[in-house]
Amino acid sequence: MRLLLSISLTLLRAKLRQSIVAAVGVMFSITMFVTLLGFMNGLNDLLDGLILNRTPHIRLHNELKASPTQPIDRTTDSTTHNFVRNVKPKDELPRLRNAQAIMDALKKDPRVLAVSPRLVAQVFFNVGTVDLNAQVNGIDVTQEVLYYRFADYLTEGDPHDLATSANTIVLGKGLADMMEASIGESVQVTTASGERAMLRVSGIFQSGIADADKVQCYANIKTVQKLLGRPSSYFTDINVKLHDLLEAPVMAQELSRRFDVDALDIQTANAQFETGSDVRNIISYAVGVVLLIVAGFGIYNILNMMIYEKLDAIAILKATGFSGSDVRRIFLLLSMIIGIAGGVSGLIGGFALQNIIDNIPFVTAALPTVKTFPIDYSPKYYIIAVTFALLTTWVAGWFPARKASQVDPVEIIRGK
Amino acid sequence: MNATSNILEVTKVNKSFHDPVTVTVLKDVSMAVKRGEFVSVTGKSGCGKSTLLYILSTMDTDYEGQVIIDGEPTFGLSGERLSQIRNEKIGFVFQFHYLLNEFSVLKNVMLPGLKLGRSTESEVEARAMELLRELQMEDHALKMANQLSGGQKQRVAIARSMINDPMIIMGDEPTGNLDKKNSQIVFDIFQKIASEHKRCLLVVTHDNDFAARTDRTIVMDDGRIVEG
Repeated sequence: MRLLLSISLTLLRAKLRQSIVAAVGVMFSITMFVTLLGFMNGLNDLLDGLILNRTPHIRLHNELKASPTQPIDRTTDSTTHNFVRNVKPKDELPRLRNAQAIMDALKKDPRVLAVSPRLVAQVFFNVGTVDLNAQVNGIDVTQEVLYYRFADYLTEGDPHDLATSANTIVLGKGLADMMEASIGESVQVTTASGERAMLRVSGIFQSGIADADKVQCYANIKTVQKLLGRPSSYFTDINVKLHDLLEAPVMAQELSRRFDVDALDIQTANAQFETGSDVRNIISYAVGVVLLIVAGFGIYNILNMMIYEKLDAIAILKATGFSGSDVRRIFLLLSMIIGIAGGVSGLIGGFALQNIIDNIPFVTAALPTVKTFPIDYSPKYYIIAVTFALLTTWVAGWFPARKASQVDPVEIIRGK
Repeated sequence: MNATSNILEVTKVNKSFHDPVTVTVLKDVSMAVKRGEFVSVTGKSGCGKSTLLYILSTMDTDYEGQVIIDGEPTFGLSGERLSQIRNEKIGFVFQFHYLLNEFSVLKNVMLPGLKLGRSTESEVEARAMELLRELQMEDHALKMANQLSGGQKQRVAIARSMINDPMIIMGDEPTGNLDKKNSQIVFDIFQKIASEHKRCLLVVTHDNDFAARTDRTIVMDDGRIVEG
């Protein structure tokens, strides 16, 4: 085998320029494949992150709705139909009943990564004579920072300030602009029930969705409970983050039945995001594979040409005792050397190109934390690229190599 | 005739080409070559002498009959085994030298020895150098094959044919492309191989002077052996 390898290398050196051209073909396709997939997936992760980072896998809440069983249904049997029109929702607080017990139970569940309560309330900001409508989210700041990347979306201010000081609030970017409020200033808040309070602005929040930033603001959950005059067990939502995202739909149904609450899973809430990622993935893989196949044709051509030029050498090798399979191995090795050399330099090139893209500035108002183009450096793409490169070069080398192995030396030697 | 002293035995070999019409080129050819014998095969163009040589060389397998090399019948053997026989027992010298231009002279000589793998690379190299010295080619050992003249290439080809110490060396018009002086050199080398190394030589040639000086001349005409 060492002998065959040294023969391959010698033949390769004799046709160095063509071999390099073939290897460069492989290199380019691998470079593009790695870069394309890294870049595409970087973007995918970024866009998915917009939703996934901010969205709980399962949200437990109480939907305000009419009671499904009306009193008249209890007095008649199943043989009669009752038509009741314009049913109004029950007068009931939007809070989760028994929230603390539910949270304790969830924390014990092995599938659950994190449980965090929320208290969502409608408020008005009084700016001069104008009242701005807004929604204040009472959050457990430490949990939100840990599991929902709350800090990433704060363009100004410190989440610890929100966590530790009472009567502080983080305003959405749009909302803060409308009020011309900056950090340290106080804003006046009126709740739906008429309660008033002064809150100090401790941060500015930018989610990337402009409409949401005009109405959303965040405060410590205790501050909101106090604002509404509710006890510390008053929550409207429980957000659950799971270890495995894919378990969410099944688990949502289970939790809904078990705790008699409404449970919304992330797949149902954001059905569109997976479709988008999948389509982008398919496109980038398709382009990458096509590039590799084109490089494979390059190798095929060059090897074919080489074999025609080397018919004499093949005849000689066969006449002096090299068998057909030896000759096939020589040309397969040749192809694999081109493939490996091109593949490895392609990986290096791909990594370099990824680095360059990673350093190109990419500033957008929608994504406050992103300063450069996103790149996914996952080794997965490098492995796929190298596997595909070796596979294509093997196939591209196999056909010419087989042809070389079938060369009849008598025909060549006598035909001269 | 003692069977074991025959290095090469041919019995009733027939061969036809079928394209475009069936032409029989060898008709019931039988012959034998003994150890240390220097045999030439002559005949007119198209008499089938080269065809016979390529059948004997095991490269052409499309024939009827039997060829026995060093006691081993070769008809119907696998391509792999035939390559081994060529590698180990047969040396070739062709009309157009057929060296590998990508390799150095030394490497050209060494390749069949490395393929055989019976001795280490340094041993094969030493043996190759020894052969080149014997043929007064050792000064050119590190040149590339395409830097040599025709006569020099043929001497290298002879050295290559001897690297594995084969039973038989076959030549297809080995002097056909050389001038008088180089032909003489090649002939002398062949004679030395036969007499000193006790190898048998089977050389196809249309050079009557060359043929006349060999131990035995086989004359072919129209696919049959008519003399020898």
